[in-house]
Amino acid sequence: MSSSELAGELERSRGRTEQRSWRGLAIEALGLLTALAGLVWAVAQPYRITLLHPRGEGFWNLAVQPPLLVIAVGLLFAFLIAPGIVEDVEAAGRER
Amino acid sequence: MQPRSELVHWLFAAGFLLLGLCLLAEAIVGTEVWRRRRWRAYLWPSLAFAIGLFLFPVMVFFASSTLHMLAHGAWAQVAMLAGATQLALVRGKLRSRWWTLAVSLALLVSGLAFLVHEQNPWLFSRSAFLHHTLGWTAIGAAVIPVGQTLRPRSPVWNGAFALVFVGFAVLLFCDRDIAPIFGHLSDVARASARP
Repeated sequence: MSSSELAGELERSRGRTEQRSWRGLAIEALGLLTALAGLVWAVAQPYRITLLHPRGEGFWNLAVQPPLLVIAVGLLFAFLIAPGIVEDVEAAGRER
Repeated sequence: MQPRSELVHWLFAAGFLLLGLCLLAEAIVGTEVWRRRRWRAYLWPSLAFAIGLFLFPVMVFFASSTLHMLAHGAWAQVAMLAGATQLALVRGKLRSRWWTLAVSLALLVSGLAFLVHEQNPWLFSRSAFLHHTLGWTAIGAAVIPVGQTLRPRSPVWNGAFALVFVGFAVLLFCDRDIAPIFGHLSDVARASARP
């Protein structure tokens, strides 16, 4: 293999690695950004978080509020679903 | 102890958001990587099926009119149909990729049900506005599974499909039982909110 071919192969390999790491990063960010969006919503509309100032509300009104649900979904995705996907993205990259 | 209907909409919004995130992740990493773990392949069809299943109690306990009941019943059935066909495709029981068009049918029927059962104009209340927006979004999104059928590995179609569900989630999270939309709230809607 000539030096120019080797350089080309290295360049392609670097491109694949960058693409893979971009994908892994995007997956990791997806859940955390969702949770962050929920947090920003909670700060912007604190009256939605009835848990902070309960006035005799029932379970549903305390627990089921949109910002809390968004945070819960974001964390669920970030900690239960995303790690496995990132592992598989990296494994697929190593196999290529 | 029965939750208000807006709370039920928010719970469904959470389900749609999770579904949207999973589909978005699949669009980013590609179907091949996504299906490396068997349970992940079944995730979105199962979630779609479960959303359909949970719509049945909503139909029974929360429908305020016959029209509402029929609309929720239609959503329940088409969501289960879409989930079931996708489950069968993943399992290998169905082989033709054209079965993906069941999702188009589900979106089309859902959109029509939204528009038919919302009899008030767009700016009647926030709920009416969201019904119209959700209906037209679902009808417009019905074209996406056609694209996915023709180009199954296209990240553009898969990404668009995922964003539709994220959009549904955002719209459902915006729902309130009685609330104005862009400063408009019909007197009829205001009166119905008074005890």
